[in-house]
Amino acid sequence: MNAPKPKTLFEKVWESHVVHQEPEAPAVLYIDLHLVHEVTSPQAFAGLRSRGLTVRRPGRTVATVDHSIPTGDPSLPLTDPLASKQIAQMEENARRGGIRFFGMSSAGRGIVHVIGPELGLTHPGMTVVCGDSHTSTHGAFGALAFGIGTSEVEHVLATQCLLQRRPGVFEIRIEGKRGPGVTAKDIVLALLARIGVGGGTGHVFEYTGPAVGALSMEERMTICNMSIEGGARAGMMAPDDTTFEYIAGREFSPRGEEWDRAVAGWRALPTDDGAVFDRSLTLDISDLSPMITFGTNPGMGLAVGGPVPRPEDVKDPSQRSALRKALEYMNLTPGEPLLGRPVNVVFIGSCTNGRLSDLRLAASVLRGRKVDPAVRVLVVPGSQAVKRQAEAEGLDRVFTSAGAEWREAGCSMCIAMNGDQLSPGQYAVSTSNRNFEGRQGKGGRTFLASPLTAAASAVTGKITDVRTLS
Amino acid sequence: MEKFTRFSSRVVPLLVDNIDTDQIIPARFLKVTDKQGLGDNLFADWRFNADGTPRPDFVLNMPAHRGAQILLAGDNFGCGSSREHAPWALAGFGFRVVISTSFADIFSNNAMKNSILPLALAAGDHARLAALLGADPRTELTVDLPSQALLVPGGAAMRFPIDGFAKTCLLNGVDELGYLFRFTEEIEAFERTTSRS
Repeated sequence: MNAPKPKTLFEKVWESHVVHQEPEAPAVLYIDLHLVHEVTSPQAFAGLRSRGLTVRRPGRTVATVDHSIPTGDPSLPLTDPLASKQIAQMEENARRGGIRFFGMSSAGRGIVHVIGPELGLTHPGMTVVCGDSHTSTHGAFGALAFGIGTSEVEHVLATQCLLQRRPGVFEIRIEGKRGPGVTAKDIVLALLARIGVGGGTGHVFEYTGPAVGALSMEERMTICNMSIEGGARAGMMAPDDTTFEYIAGREFSPRGEEWDRAVAGWRALPTDDGAVFDRSLTLDISDLSPMITFGTNPGMGLAVGGPVPRPEDVKDPSQRSALRKALEYMNLTPGEPLLGRPVNVVFIGSCTNGRLSDLRLAASVLRGRKVDPAVRVLVVPGSQAVKRQAEAEGLDRVFTSAGAEWREAGCSMCIAMNGDQLSPGQYAVSTSNRNFEGRQGKGGRTFLASPLTAAASAVTGKITDVRTLS
Repeated sequence: MEKFTRFSSRVVPLLVDNIDTDQIIPARFLKVTDKQGLGDNLFADWRFNADGTPRPDFVLNMPAHRGAQILLAGDNFGCGSSREHAPWALAGFGFRVVISTSFADIFSNNAMKNSILPLALAAGDHARLAALLGADPRTELTVDLPSQALLVPGGAAMRFPIDGFAKTCLLNGVDELGYLFRFTEEIEAFERTTSRS
């Protein structure tokens, strides 16, 4: 008898969730965990109501509010009537649907991709969806996790399934040992600088190699989070002991015999020897510097000490004009260094870099230092649990003593829907995931970087290489 | 869902690569609880000055393109956020087709669920079309979904690929949720045999 065909992690998860497949049609894929937030779900719930349908599996659905909520003083009433309406609708839709809801006053609330793992809801081998492209974050656990549109949110609410075409699998092999000052964020920004924002379209990334196994869970989440910025709907990493240790003992994690059974199953998930990827790429991080973006998409990144690229050096005419347009928006001069360029705002937070380890990194730079008085520095924990943990360690006092704002959890200035935003023309160093035109406020300009680079830039008021901070 | 078969229209050329969904509809307009009215803010930050007046140099505001239902964009259209508000805004403004050389996966899925055809041309055809429109901005194109052809005056038809299932759904106005409900028994059986509930 032939040995069974070696399979990738993705194939194992995909195949164990295909409910049905008609010839020529997409697969009917079962969804284990559906995360819901206030911005992309109201129209889906309205659709359900108009068809006389109910939520099929409320127990597999978890909702919170994160995008449009304020991060200032929690005792103040909401001032934005549109945001208030969305938040109220989320609460009402969760109540009517029997869905577990982490609302404004809940101790468990936070950015949806921070609380899923933190509460032990995200497990290896699961399918996880949410009406949010950064659902790719959960792939760090060996789950197949991807963002969906609102119509698809309605489909999952109604049937617990989605119609999906099987994507290809793109292996991103990470090798080498990173140097000082280089974080998971720098690794993923380097990947994006190499493949561009469309390089992973039609694919799921699987991150492999010894450097991936050496990462903490929170670092893995940072990398998987930004898979979508390379065009891959999902990024996955093989579950291992680091994964299991993270999950063990959390509120919704399996316990006792159930835990043992679960771990045994999870151990069988990693890609088999000899399994074939559709595409492969190797990224050596040995010589990597801290990275920063200079342009208007996350693929426009460079080593923090490097010069802004010159359009005339770009051969492809459409890429040349894209670069020219980006530099015009950013008001940057080709060939000049970014280092030393003054910034107005530093934002530390988001589903990319708003976890405890990110705040520890930022605090390691800010401890005993002051932020430049000309810079507004916002530190926004990814969840209320992260906030409590940080406060228990005294990180909040490090930030406030340095002159930074310590705020309530939320998406905040990553998407700038809640009043936390840049003014036209302002520059920010941001630990978030998107530097698109106006992303952090109309006319605002974003440099994406790690928490270390962001904190170092907060101290000097200029773009700074953390390795040179005196 | 509205059926999509064949129609003719003039074209709005917006030849920028990697147009992300934050440009199509900026996040501050997502604080809505319905799908209506988003077309008013399509490409808001490119289309309007700070005081809200239309920018005459932006292509959507040019009289030559008024009423056009086809958008010709650069490579990798619709990257970034998963917001379905992007196709809602495009449809609300009156677009039925976006032409590019490639589309971001989530945008493409979202567009077809709103009867918008993401039409991917080969790079050579895309460049020829851009040149043609540069020469005559009032050129009218015919999109014929059954034959998967873009008919260009005075030139050979340009072929485009489309997923067979998606094509059937567009042609017949099939709603995917209705299709999914055909498999309720299979879903129940899957939940039983895999101990999911």
